[in-house]
Amino acid sequence: MLIEVGHFALALALALSLVQAVMPVWAARSGDAALRAVATPAALGTFACILFSFGALTYAHATSDFSVQNVIENSHTAKPFLYKLSGVWGNHEGSMLLWVLILALFGALVAVSRNSVPPVLRANTLAVQGLITFVFVLFIITTSNPFMRVSPAPVEGNDLNPLLQDFGLAIHPPLLYVGYVGFSITFAFAIAALIDGRIDAVWARAVRPWTLIAWSFLTLGIAMGSYWAYYELGWGGWWFWDPVENASLMPWLAGTALLHSTVVMEKRDALKVWTVLLAILTFSLSLLGTFIVRSGVLTSVHSFATDPTRGVFILAILILFIGGSLSLFAWRAPMLRQGGLFAPISREGALVMNNLFLAAACATVFVGTLYPLLLESLTSEKISVGPPFFNYTFIPLAIPLLLIVPFGQTLAWKRGDVHAASQRLFAAMGVALAVGLAVLAWTWGGPMMAPIGIGLGAYLVVGSAMEIVSRARGYGNSRARTVSGVMRRALGLPRSAWGTALAHAGVGIVVLGIAAQGWATEALSTVKPGESLASGPYVATLDRVGPRTGENYEETTAFLTIRNTAGDFIGTVETGKRFYPSRKMNVTESGLLTVGVSQVYASLGEMVPGGAIGLRLYYKPLVLLIWLGSVVMALGGAVSLTDRRMRVGAPARAKEKAKTMPGTMAPAE
Amino acid sequence: MTRKSRRLILIAACGAVLALALGLILSAMSGSIVFFRSPTEVTAQGVAPGTRFRLGGLVKEGSLQRGPDQNIDFAVTDTNATVQVQYRGLLPDLFREGQGIVAEGRLEPGGIFRADTVLAKHDESYMPREVADALKAQGRWQEGGSKGASAGKAAEGVKTADGEPTLGRRSER
Repeated sequence: MLIEVGHFALALALALSLVQAVMPVWAARSGDAALRAVATPAALGTFACILFSFGALTYAHATSDFSVQNVIENSHTAKPFLYKLSGVWGNHEGSMLLWVLILALFGALVAVSRNSVPPVLRANTLAVQGLITFVFVLFIITTSNPFMRVSPAPVEGNDLNPLLQDFGLAIHPPLLYVGYVGFSITFAFAIAALIDGRIDAVWARAVRPWTLIAWSFLTLGIAMGSYWAYYELGWGGWWFWDPVENASLMPWLAGTALLHSTVVMEKRDALKVWTVLLAILTFSLSLLGTFIVRSGVLTSVHSFATDPTRGVFILAILILFIGGSLSLFAWRAPMLRQGGLFAPISREGALVMNNLFLAAACATVFVGTLYPLLLESLTSEKISVGPPFFNYTFIPLAIPLLLIVPFGQTLAWKRGDVHAASQRLFAAMGVALAVGLAVLAWTWGGPMMAPIGIGLGAYLVVGSAMEIVSRARGYGNSRARTVSGVMRRALGLPRSAWGTALAHAGVGIVVLGIAAQGWATEALSTVKPGESLASGPYVATLDRVGPRTGENYEETTAFLTIRNTAGDFIGTVETGKRFYPSRKMNVTESGLLTVGVSQVYASLGEMVPGGAIGLRLYYKPLVLLIWLGSVVMALGGAVSLTDRRMRVGAPARAKEKAKTMPGTMAPAE
Repeated sequence: MTRKSRRLILIAACGAVLALALGLILSAMSGSIVFFRSPTEVTAQGVAPGTRFRLGGLVKEGSLQRGPDQNIDFAVTDTNATVQVQYRGLLPDLFREGQGIVAEGRLEPGGIFRADTVLAKHDESYMPREVADALKAQGRWQEGGSKGASAGKAAEGVKTADGEPTLGRRSER
């Protein structure tokens, strides 16, 4: 019964989202404020319906209701409860439902947010959000309905793919989706502005918190996915340049650019058209990512055998939204009042360079990801574009970008002074050079790029710290003399300054972690109990191999003791091969030992007759910095979000504008 | 600085970064693209030794041999032609005789393919798409049917393992 109600709620959401999409636009024609106000309850109703629907599916999974097709295909009575819950989105239908749930959540948040947005802009934004929700709910109902019943119901389900039976599934997709889908709001704002024909600093201020939320979650989602792939796949890589990963990286790059261009727009009333275009592109890339993952058009170890109608439907959605929004952009953008130009050497100039490099990097990832598809459809020649391509194109664009990051923070708005900025960055450059040279000397004979990367990472971290220190210290006569004075002033700095510094320091920490992988070592051998395998500064001894039984699997576990080269005990690691009888599938569980922020990583291979095992042992120096740095970046986003500017002050100004607006409310047609 | 010169600087900067990106893409394209070949194409048309490519097909039944020190020999077939493969490393969990795989590496002068990466399905119902297409081209694949041993098995029971970031079971040397 609950399943049918859930199904019905989804149908209701379809109708409500259509109301949400149509009414505000209609109201704009007739100028009826009451009709326009319908968008708010419609957005809340859509969200409530989808939430109920999602709850019904979750209940079916939690209680292993095998009369539901979706539960049969992805669940099993012996599956641990956490995976029963996360299994709701561990499949196509459920993950699409999560997708629209988050879409509707953002719509509802815009509807109720007190962050004051002019009413017309809000209503149009809700209309666009409603249209997106409508189309995706239609997609679910027609091609991917999770509420299909089966009669008679089987007594047991097929279980979830064991690779997905991991804590990573519980948190990675929701984080990633909040990021992906969060950019739908900036997209909706951009389209609303184009419909409205006006865009200004108020728009930028309204969009910025949503961009920050989406960006922070996307950062966390990508980092979490990367860590999951790292420990689950058993070969120690943390980024594979797989099309599905690129699909999440592209919106991140475009979203990062958007985050920075809205600052310029808010402060300097410039880069308007570009910002609108970026907002459209960012969500378009999110949609493209959804298409890539859902349709299986790209060669990826990720791609699944899928129903072709789904791919065609998503392609149609893609064409509708990307084509439609870009056409609207081409038509309306020339009507937007152009902002002023500015000096190349200034904070906004640096932010333009940031946007240029991010956009170029995003373009190279785009080409590398989609070129094989294009080539195959034109010539039927199959190629794969792997890590060498991306490393060769992406890194040379990332390095200049990272070099200008501390400059951008230090330069003044309007007119900057490179000489003064360099002086303020003197400490950061000095530290970076010293660290880089010291590391180079210490690891002489090793990879050359790694010390350079370490220097770059140190430059970013110290540069970000120096920015806070020099701002807190002040200049000239108002210069703080004591350490406590500097501290007090540092705490008084705007939260956005702290957020920026944290996020940029996070980038530096990630760079440190990536650079250190140049010294990662790997060893592979067949070992018997009592024998050892060395990798880097650690030696693993195989103590014994034994069976172990889990809730829904049998495991053959290798117990290892890790010692350093001097023979001191460091810790123990267990790595195993699990067999899941429900799917007759083997999965390797790698074993990790964390030493500081470095890790020893063991992975079990084949059993060799005679009691020996194939063992792979990695030493991954500073590897945790890659993900910890990402968390620091997201934290920076969160701190920025608490800035006063996001809450008070802005509403008052927006309200004044809103009062003067009725005359300008009708679209400029 | 005049408005005009500011605009010129902006345009020049855009042009320079775009030219850099384009140059990088073009030079990387010529050097780091890997083509996909089926065993039939390898034996019929030949591939120059030392060229990196992807070989896809089914692991031939009874061809798997484990040597000392994690050296593994097996044959990849599309039922029409067969190529011998050598690999050192841990194989993906779903690597099995009769299953579809993709191996990346180089052909050695003796006609043996030395793989440094072996990719296998990450799900019982997943078949690397290139392999599926190659088998279709050989007439060995029947959509949804049960013929063709493992190829047929992989085609039925279409399941998606979605909402997940993992990359399938990949094994790399």
